[in-house]
Amino acid sequence: MAKVKTLEDLKRMRESLQSELSLRENSDTPEKLVQIKVSMATCGIASGAKETMSFIMEELYRRKIDAVVTQTGCMGYCHSEPTIEVQLPGADPVVYGNVKKERAQLIIDQHIIAGKLVDGIIPGIYSTPDNK
Amino acid sequence: MRDLSMHILDIVGNSVRAKSTEVKIILMEDMDYDILSLRIEDNGCGMSEATIKKAMDPFFTSRKTRKVGLGIPLLQQNAELTNGGITIESEIGKGTQLTAVFVRSHIDRPPLGDIADTIALIISGNPNVNIIYSHSFNDEKYILTTKEIINSLENVSISHPKINQFIKQMIEENLELIGVEL
Repeated sequence: MAKVKTLEDLKRMRESLQSELSLRENSDTPEKLVQIKVSMATCGIASGAKETMSFIMEELYRRKIDAVVTQTGCMGYCHSEPTIEVQLPGADPVVYGNVKKERAQLIIDQHIIAGKLVDGIIPGIYSTPDNK
Repeated sequence: MRDLSMHILDIVGNSVRAKSTEVKIILMEDMDYDILSLRIEDNGCGMSEATIKKAMDPFFTSRKTRKVGLGIPLLQQNAELTNGGITIESEIGKGTQLTAVFVRSHIDRPPLGDIADTIALIISGNPNVNIIYSHSFNDEKYILTTKEIINSLENVSISHPKINQFIKQMIEENLELIGVEL
């Protein structure tokens, strides 16, 4: 039987990851990384937020993108679950609705990598010249 | 909710929202007694007697973003379908303990689901909460905590996708080792 992974293996992996990360600057300050929040309340989970979050994690892992992916509660957009919030370093956060795998893929390809906004944005939390 | 993993993800969300700093997820499977129990203990803000009663009501929620709260009622329904049930104990300021008991072999018992993925997502997704995950299968037990992972990580973020994948695989392998049917 193959050896079962332990925390010791994690320590070893951490060392290689640390050197990998320090090659790219700004890695140890989370606010300088891409931040993704997945809405994970009953409404989100029932609509497949777990699959969306797993997919995002796997895809970011596969493409070696440094990001911080965390969970958040219901943002009040139950009609458009699963919803995610994407914040690029130095930019305002953007909330996307109906994020199944295909849209998550688009968001990673175009928003996170190329910096272009994608269809499916939920407006409402943004500051406009009037409410600033 | 298609499986128990989703219920866990959901109920832990309640604990996190109640400002817990530590959440225990205790799964026990016992073939002799034919029982599968799920217990979630937190040290969050707790609830009063009256609120506990209301928590089982689908049209009660403490949040302001919407008017229904289905998390606990859905879990209760699934547990009761297998002749099991749920209990909630809570004290204001101390925390809440929720226990759901299922008859393990009952045809209506939801499957465990992708438990390794779910626990890894909970641990990575809530970096500021110490998650204590304990899964026992008959006499064997596997325990993993956020704290011990963070201790092995130093300054690398627990929410990093690479770490998340590792945690998932580690849980999978260890559960397999103690005999959990994944």
